[in-house]
Amino acid sequence: MPETAVAVRELTLGEAVREALAEEMRRDPRVFIMGEDVAEAGTAFKVLGGLVQEFGTDRVLDTPISEAGFTGIGVGAGMTGMRPVVDIMFGDFAGLIMDQMANQAAKIHYMSGGKWKCSMVLRTTLGATRRSAAQHSQSLHAWFCHIPGLKVVMPSTPYDAKGLLKSAIRDDNPVVFYEDKMMYKLKGPVPEDDYTIPLGVADVKRAGDDITIIATSSMVQVALGAAKLLEEHGVSAEVVDPRTLWPLDEKTLIDSARKTSRVIVVDEGYGRYGVTAELAAMIQENAFFDLEAPVKRMGAMHVPIPFSPPLEDATVPTERTVCEAALALCGK
Amino acid sequence: MSDVAIDNKLLLRMYRRMVMIRLFEEQVNDLYTRALMPGLAHLYIGEEAIAVGVCEALRSDDYITSTHRGHGHCLAKGAAIDRMFAELLGKEAGYCKGKGGSMHIADPDTGNLGANAIVAGSAGIATGAAFSSKRLGNGRVTVCFFGEGALGQGVVYEVMNMAALWKLPVIYVCENNMYNEYTHVSEAAAGDILARGPAFGVPSESVDGQDVRAVYSVTQRLAERARRGEGPSFLMANTYRFMGHHVGDISREYYRSKQEEQTWKSERDPIKVATEAILSQNIADRAALGRIQAEVKAEIEKAVQFAMAAPYPNVDEVEQDVYA
Ligand SMILES: Cc1ncc(C[n+]2csc(CCOP(=O)(O)OP(=O)(O)O)c2C)c(N)n1
Repeated sequence: MPETAVAVRELTLGEAVREALAEEMRRDPRVFIMGEDVAEAGTAFKVLGGLVQEFGTDRVLDTPISEAGFTGIGVGAGMTGMRPVVDIMFGDFAGLIMDQMANQAAKIHYMSGGKWKCSMVLRTTLGATRRSAAQHSQSLHAWFCHIPGLKVVMPSTPYDAKGLLKSAIRDDNPVVFYEDKMMYKLKGPVPEDDYTIPLGVADVKRAGDDITIIATSSMVQVALGAAKLLEEHGVSAEVVDPRTLWPLDEKTLIDSARKTSRVIVVDEGYGRYGVTAELAAMIQENAFFDLEAPVKRMGAMHVPIPFSPPLEDATVPTERTVCEAALALCGK
Repeated sequence: MSDVAIDNKLLLRMYRRMVMIRLFEEQVNDLYTRALMPGLAHLYIGEEAIAVGVCEALRSDDYITSTHRGHGHCLAKGAAIDRMFAELLGKEAGYCKGKGGSMHIADPDTGNLGANAIVAGSAGIATGAAFSSKRLGNGRVTVCFFGEGALGQGVVYEVMNMAALWKLPVIYVCENNMYNEYTHVSEAAAGDILARGPAFGVPSESVDGQDVRAVYSVTQRLAERARRGEGPSFLMANTYRFMGHHVGDISREYYRSKQEEQTWKSERDPIKVATEAILSQNIADRAALGRIQAEVKAEIEKAVQFAMAAPYPNVDEVEQDVYA
């Protein structure tokens, strides 16, 4: 992990996202931001504050509440010389934009025999426990992962957020970039210089010997917390973050599984037919004979996210539940 | 316009309902400020005359759909305040067993098809309910409440077109409080909003959303029209939200001036407008109105105490109700 060696300055994940956008907009005049209340309000989560002051309303555009429409405009603009960064406030609104992403953005390159490209980024959010109920709490990233032609990025730290977002903006494909709402205030070291992290390279967030916890987005933080708890039980956990769900760095995940021989996959989306299912299947296909136990999957309960705090809290993996699952897997 | 006259009892009833919504919302804000309520809430303060005027003109078995700013609609349609508070606090005794919260109050007993946190999310549901009413011949009308922000969603126009084609008994009530969150309507809606409906053959008109009598009268007329089988209509109620977009939206000067807020509050408060009408027509005196306020206040206090003391649902409840 070279990041800690280089960086001294700390930013929140939200600030890292803003810095990546600002740097890319300075570098490339084709980059622009479009979404609801992204300009003066700096988004509902107050992440983009200051950008409209620097770049003006031509490049930081407030839209009407027309997700399908402005995502479609993003697709068209991305095909014809611009580099749009479309802001979809809540990932739950994926329902509104799916045709534009799955049938338009994802397919134009292939359908045109490789002639058209759609270079756009769709920034959106995921994550429960904000007491926002069933239509504002889902983690629906698996929907996009299912579609050939789309890339899906899930940063878990401020450092990764900045480097990955810059790569996403420079990519010639439609990229869906997920920010966990509960992580906007998470702090971490972020270099001031222009660095990128390639899409498709996993990162071992913590080395360990006894068990591998593959985790995405905010679940990486949960996994790191669980790893600390496990230490007290004498279990050494390795935490691996794929960072991008597609392209997927299968090798790093498989290598870790082979090394530790036990694997838990933690992701905040639904497990059924979801990200954990895919990753667990991939591990078992590739490391079956090195495994001491079946791969364990942990994700959101298969229910709409309830509002009531005790119910909502029960729906997502926590440090404690991940730790317990790891102990069980290790026969402790 | 041959709008119906409003008798004294009705006006006092609507006054009481508006006061109830106002005090309910002030209590919600207080619960939020004291960190006693989970999450956020979008207050209806300033817009009370619309929900009350519309719902008073409906039958109790008529349907409504509501929005993220929905407490007023639910209360106006007959929801009980204790179960409303219980829902907002995530308690078992709430309308949705605590599973819905502030943005999702639903109650079949009062014809409330549900508050919806997807902007324009209920446009289809409302129109579908009107479709059922027509097929079942039960004479029910559906009111689809939404903010002017929903005018940005294509689904609104798709369903309005079908409602007109099939003459469905639905009234689209657009509460134009001029702001989609933090963006002014002039930056979000091009052209003439009232010209959109007529393009589909949906008669459209606007009403002073701060005057409960005007809202009531026009809704009566549109509901009768719908019941006669003459099809959908579009009503734009001009209004203003007195508070932030949600309870946490405190510093608002970057998108609207204090002066603007003050003018609406002092000159266009729907409760003041109703009070003046009541006093000037000698329907009741100040003391009588004061008694109504005190009674409502006592009801609110009792209801909030009930909700605070009520238990959370059992954790097993989390897996119930996923499928019917
Ligand atoms: C489809 C969708 N997009 C965005 C949001 C986020 N959002 C919640 S309320 C709101 C503004 C709604 O404005 P309006 O419809 O005028 O209603 P008001 O809040 O003014 O009552 C927005 C953008 C949402 N809930 N649903």
